[in-house]
Amino acid sequence: MADTTTSAPRARRIGPVNLRLWLPLLWIALVIAAAIFAPLLAPHDPLEQDLMLERLPPWFIAGSEPGYWLGTDSLGRDVLSRMIYGARIALIVSFTAALAACVVGTAMGLIAGFYGGWWDRVISRLVDIWMAFPPVLFAVLLVAVLGTGLGSVILAIAVIDWTRFARVIRAETMVQARMDYVDSARIGGARRMTALISEILPNILPSVIALLTLEMGIAVIVEAILSFVNLSISSDDPTWGAMIAEGRGAIHFAWWVLLFPLISLFLTVLSFSTLGEGLKRHFDPVLQ
Amino acid sequence: MLLKTVLTRLATTLVTLFGVAVVVFTLVRVAPGNPIAMMLPPGATEEDIANLTRLYGFDKSLPEQFAIWLSGVVQGDFGTSITLRQPVMELVLGRLPATLELSIMALVIAVTLGGLVAVIGARKRGTGTEVGLDLTNGAVLSVPDFLWGLIFVLLFGVLWPVLSISGRVDPRLDIDFTSNFYVIEGLLRGRFDVVGSTLSHMLMPAMSLALPLAAMIAQLLKQSLKEVLHLDYTTLARVRGFSETAVILREALRNAALPTLTLVGVQFTFLIGGTVIVERIFAYEGLGNMAIDAVINRDLPLIQGIVILFAALFIVINLLVDLSYTLLNPRLRHG
Repeated sequence: MADTTTSAPRARRIGPVNLRLWLPLLWIALVIAAAIFAPLLAPHDPLEQDLMLERLPPWFIAGSEPGYWLGTDSLGRDVLSRMIYGARIALIVSFTAALAACVVGTAMGLIAGFYGGWWDRVISRLVDIWMAFPPVLFAVLLVAVLGTGLGSVILAIAVIDWTRFARVIRAETMVQARMDYVDSARIGGARRMTALISEILPNILPSVIALLTLEMGIAVIVEAILSFVNLSISSDDPTWGAMIAEGRGAIHFAWWVLLFPLISLFLTVLSFSTLGEGLKRHFDPVLQ
Repeated sequence: MLLKTVLTRLATTLVTLFGVAVVVFTLVRVAPGNPIAMMLPPGATEEDIANLTRLYGFDKSLPEQFAIWLSGVVQGDFGTSITLRQPVMELVLGRLPATLELSIMALVIAVTLGGLVAVIGARKRGTGTEVGLDLTNGAVLSVPDFLWGLIFVLLFGVLWPVLSISGRVDPRLDIDFTSNFYVIEGLLRGRFDVVGSTLSHMLMPAMSLALPLAAMIAQLLKQSLKEVLHLDYTTLARVRGFSETAVILREALRNAALPTLTLVGVQFTFLIGGTVIVERIFAYEGLGNMAIDAVINRDLPLIQGIVILFAALFIVINLLVDLSYTLLNPRLRHG
């Protein structure tokens, strides 16, 4: 145990660990910039169809057109421009859905862990029921019920993934609630609710932030999956998932329609999860 | 004491299953849009709609509908699919073998691959090889099955087209099997052409499902192995002349396996959940693919049936994992 948990990460922190922090941050900053400045960066209108320009290959393959660096799809739409605009949906969903899941899940976890008793029993049973659903199927079902659209996708992800927060936060709250500092705050006259918010919440905040970062990566994937099965935003709006679905369909004619959005999705998910895991390790005294 | 634990666990399992049934039923009923109107041709009269609504029981109150549906479910009757017009149970059981064979193949790959990497990592502990394996595991772990599936489509469907990227079996094969367990029945009947074709179609979806779990197994098992390799009895084995690899395989593995077994049990349910989207990517004719079609077509009875079946599968697997953990772990057994 000793040689694996103490020396190795500490030695690595000087070299690659910095890269493991900065590379993900750099990529996420790029995606954010692409989303904000999409109209300035995109060389073409992402919705503009031109059947004369359908399935143009990317720049490094013979037959490409200048100005269409990453090629075009089956309707002659520019792949690069659609990818840049696709960053908008990916980021909006990832930030809002993850935050919503985080707020609901953390509140439930705090209540269950701090008050115990019936609160804990009801919330834990709810979590059990939720965990019994295959998440992808649950998401597809929820969006079918709520109707497609940005709001539904965000709501569906929040409704499904609050349990990820609730489980961890409940366990941590139970540990913290037994600590002396909570008792001394109570003896000092603090009400239970005040003790929960002003004493316990700050102590579990690091875990909340780490979980939130991981959840952002998960939300990006879930949105892509929903777009892939054509249940996310209207199919006109460019999303990475919809591009991937189209690329999968045209795989034998235009593989680049699949490849490039897949790369950006891959890097985004990897960045969020690397950051989240790094934060988790950083905040956890046992893992350090 | 043990019996009481088992009974309590069984009782909570039933409560959870009932909760799942309530949630699915409510969700599906509050969905906007009239599923009956969608299944009739455009020229249908009001009377046709009313008749069909009555036939499917949609004219009764929600609690009544739930009671009727639940009493059917208890007897194994999940109603009739609206789009496919066949009993839901029949449809679901027809597709279940494909999903089970895929999940089990993925599990076997994950355990083999993860175990192998763990043993190599433990054998090479403290070297650059271990660091390299750790970094690879970390990266593999954070890429979900959906992305692996698409990566494999590009790699083995386009770049190096050696495997088929759609379907479950070569459609030109003549298959007159009594079950849909193509691999198992093919082996029993000696139809190795069917077995080979099914396995080659399953390889990529199974790998997509297996890789994240394999990385998890590799990490955890290596950690447990390294802990055990400090203990006296492994030192004794070394003194007795066993090579390091033999010590790991013959002595350490058995005692280090318990946490990994629990992990595999819990993660197996997530793996099964992953089949839904992976089957979609590879047009694999399993339950998950059918589930997405059912959602898109608003086939309420079919959706309910599939979701309940998945949930029941999850709950039963979790129950078995919990119970086997109680039986295998002496501390809990006597506790």
